[in-house]
Amino acid sequence: MAMNLSILVLILPFLTFVGLAFFGKRLSGITAGIIGSISTGIISLIAAFIAFNYWVMSDGKSTMILFNFPWLTFNEHLAINMGLLLDSLSIMMVAVVTFVSFMVHLYSIEYLKGEERYGSYFAYLSLFTFSMLGLVLSVNIFQIYVFWELVGVSSFLLIGFYYQRPSAVAAAKKAFIVTRFADLGFLVGILILSFEAKTLDIPMLIERLSSPDTLTSGNIKMHMVGGLSVISIAMFLIFIGGAGKSAMFPLHIWLPDAMEGPTPVSALIHAATMVVAGVYLVARLFPVYFVLTPEVLHIISWVGIISALLAALIACTQTDIKRVLAYSTISQIGYMMFSLGITAYSHGETLGYTASLFHLFTHAFFKALLFLAAGVIIHAVHSNEVAQMGGLRKSLPTTHIAFLLATLAISGIPPLSGFFSKEAILTATHHANPVIFWLAVIGSSLTTFYMFRLYYLIFWNKPAEHHRHHEHALFSIPLIILTLGTLLNGFIPFGQFISVGLEKVQISFELGMAAVPVGGSLLAILLATLWYAKSTSYPDKFVSLLKNFYRWTYRKFYFDELYQFVTHKIIFNLIGRPIAWFDRNIVDGTMNAMAWGSMYFSQAIKRIQSGNVQSYTMYFLGGVIILLSILLYAYGYNLIN
Amino acid sequence: MLHILILSTALFFIGIYGFFTRRNLITMLISIELILNSVNINFVAFNKYLYPQQLEGIFFNIFIIAIAAAEVSLAIAIIINLYRKFNTIDIEDTNTMKH
Amino acid sequence: MNAMTLEQILFYTISGLVLFFAFMVIVCRRIFRSAIYLLFSLLGIAALYFMMDVEFIAAIQIIVYVGGIVVLIIFSIFLTHQVGEKMPKKLIKRIVPALILSLAGFLLTIDMLAHHNFNTGINPEKFNPTVENIGHQLLDYKNYGYVLPFEIISFLLLAALIGSIVIAIRPKQQQAKN
Repeated sequence: MAMNLSILVLILPFLTFVGLAFFGKRLSGITAGIIGSISTGIISLIAAFIAFNYWVMSDGKSTMILFNFPWLTFNEHLAINMGLLLDSLSIMMVAVVTFVSFMVHLYSIEYLKGEERYGSYFAYLSLFTFSMLGLVLSVNIFQIYVFWELVGVSSFLLIGFYYQRPSAVAAAKKAFIVTRFADLGFLVGILILSFEAKTLDIPMLIERLSSPDTLTSGNIKMHMVGGLSVISIAMFLIFIGGAGKSAMFPLHIWLPDAMEGPTPVSALIHAATMVVAGVYLVARLFPVYFVLTPEVLHIISWVGIISALLAALIACTQTDIKRVLAYSTISQIGYMMFSLGITAYSHGETLGYTASLFHLFTHAFFKALLFLAAGVIIHAVHSNEVAQMGGLRKSLPTTHIAFLLATLAISGIPPLSGFFSKEAILTATHHANPVIFWLAVIGSSLTTFYMFRLYYLIFWNKPAEHHRHHEHALFSIPLIILTLGTLLNGFIPFGQFISVGLEKVQISFELGMAAVPVGGSLLAILLATLWYAKSTSYPDKFVSLLKNFYRWTYRKFYFDELYQFVTHKIIFNLIGRPIAWFDRNIVDGTMNAMAWGSMYFSQAIKRIQSGNVQSYTMYFLGGVIILLSILLYAYGYNLIN
Repeated sequence: MLHILILSTALFFIGIYGFFTRRNLITMLISIELILNSVNINFVAFNKYLYPQQLEGIFFNIFIIAIAAAEVSLAIAIIINLYRKFNTIDIEDTNTMKH
Repeated sequence: MNAMTLEQILFYTISGLVLFFAFMVIVCRRIFRSAIYLLFSLLGIAALYFMMDVEFIAAIQIIVYVGGIVVLIIFSIFLTHQVGEKMPKKLIKRIVPALILSLAGFLLTIDMLAHHNFNTGINPEKFNPTVENIGHQLLDYKNYGYVLPFEIISFLLLAALIGSIVIAIRPKQQQAKN
């Protein structure tokens, strides 16, 4: 019975969206925000209740399918269902999404106060919450695709919220186009996969494709195309869709620009929830990846580690606080991705799966915390640029502590939650693939460096201001709650809750091995302190040492320019223009010719209707004579006799 | 009997030709009278030669004459009305129902 | 030369006259002459009726058609001030299709008639169109009587009478002006 409450988790945000969409304009003051927060708060409680029921009251192993009804029926053999799937993965995601959404709602009540389109903002937030929850609760892949697109639309609406700014509009467009482009691969992957497995339903798919006797019994014939099995191609295409949504290399270009949206939006969507949709997708279909297509997992791990390193390098040189955090997100998701991927190298051990999801869980908390704190800072300083900040540690005390704790978490310093999840990932990687392990350690040190660089540039570096900015309660309370989460989450025995195949996994760390990354992080903190705690010239000296390389990282490795070149010069000119010419001249030309032809013809016939009685009678008589002659000479004169 | 029928047919088509080619409304009316008369001859001929025991042909003849009379009077009334409106009874000038 | 009975000669003469006058009706360019040719044509047809032993019909033809309808037509000619002038010539583009159509129709009908064998000559003596017989049969309401159409025709004549008055009446305002 408690599980049936899960449908409320979907219905409430949807109703809030519809209500605010229609009546949001008429609500005054912060009523819309309060409505949104109450709705999200309720579903957060329901999610907690469901989680409690699942893991404490029952055994935490079962998979429940609720409300599986046929939504679109093609014929009696083919129908697309809609339903809710409750298992450990989806319940965890629901808990994370609802909780972070609730924090963001509370924060936004104050952050966007006075905004003209207040009601629309909360309507979009509810739409996003609904879509994301629908995505994680989906029971078949097509439903995931539907909600995937809905999430993309909500993201578009929210990034372009300040639509009077052309940069915001361009950013929203870019995000939508890049993710849509990736979704093409996703759709093709879905079609191939469902064709091979003859079903769209996820539990059935997993059972058919990944049960131990699949490969041997030949139930699923492995069609091969060009040396690759079709299922591998399908799973790779599905990963492309996930990579687009999660801003993996090379589809990462949209996430930094997406920071044009309001900061709470960045916290919710682009840090904690939507961008992890790709990770969720791979995790959801993990049995298929693990059993049938491990080569795709290899690709996933390399894409993950490359994204992690690339983003970390770029983040070291950026000066916009939100962009640094955006690249940091790309980097951390890279960690989650390669953690999933390296299970293919690890000879059957699935610690990587649990570690990845653990990191997803903790990352949601501290990344949201970082973004919300950044929002307070931006609000106080009225600028995004780090150059305008500095010495704020006495002016924004709560924010300062929260930011510091979150930065320590992301750097993997014990006993914060980030340490536990990162250690789990690194442990799994160490057992699997040493190369990736060392690259990950380097990435971890870089992470620490740029995060502490950011911390020092904001709160130290210049002489401390003593004027206290007002930190509104609605800003502080979410920050405090998220900080508590960051502190305590590490102690959750995550492996008891979520693992592949439902055997409990023990997350532990070996002391000797843990020393390496923690040592690297401590060194990075030291370096950052030396360079940035006070305003020094060390950074500039280092930059002049590495002139060109610095320029490359500062310009984000010129990826945007590359994409622009390809699309403008090549695709537009070679494909777009000829097609436009064809459309204008040939297609339109045919239509015009037909219209002109009928007009000409009608002018010619117009004279029949002359208004002249005699003409009419003549036509009449002529018709009668013709008919009679035809009848007579066809049937012979027997017609009369 | 065939000769009578040929006569009536010829009369009929003369009337039709006149209807098509005449420009004056009254002459068109006259042509219509010719047509009706040809039909009359037809009826009487059929009655006399094919069905002599019944006199229906004659009855129809009477009816047609009566109806022709009524029709002519109405047509004249309409022509007079038309003349008042357009001041001409030339059919080329009364084509306001043209496209 | 084959001996033709007087009847046949008479028939061909009268037919020729009828056709000739009918042709003159449609060809003549003066409207009054056209009406007069119609009159002669109708008289010819009445003569034909006499030949076919239906004197009653012939009488009705002369009284109603000639004496009524043609007179009415002549009145209307006077009313529309058309008496003496020549009517404009007909358009060639009208004559040609009309001619073709009429000839086509004529030939078609003659063809049909020629191929049909009418079985004539069943008891020609039974044809007895005296006025008394006509009256009996017309007003008989049992076998083959036509009393209902008779009543309706009288109704129709009344309607035509009223109708033509209504159509041709001058509106009151104009009468005041005129």
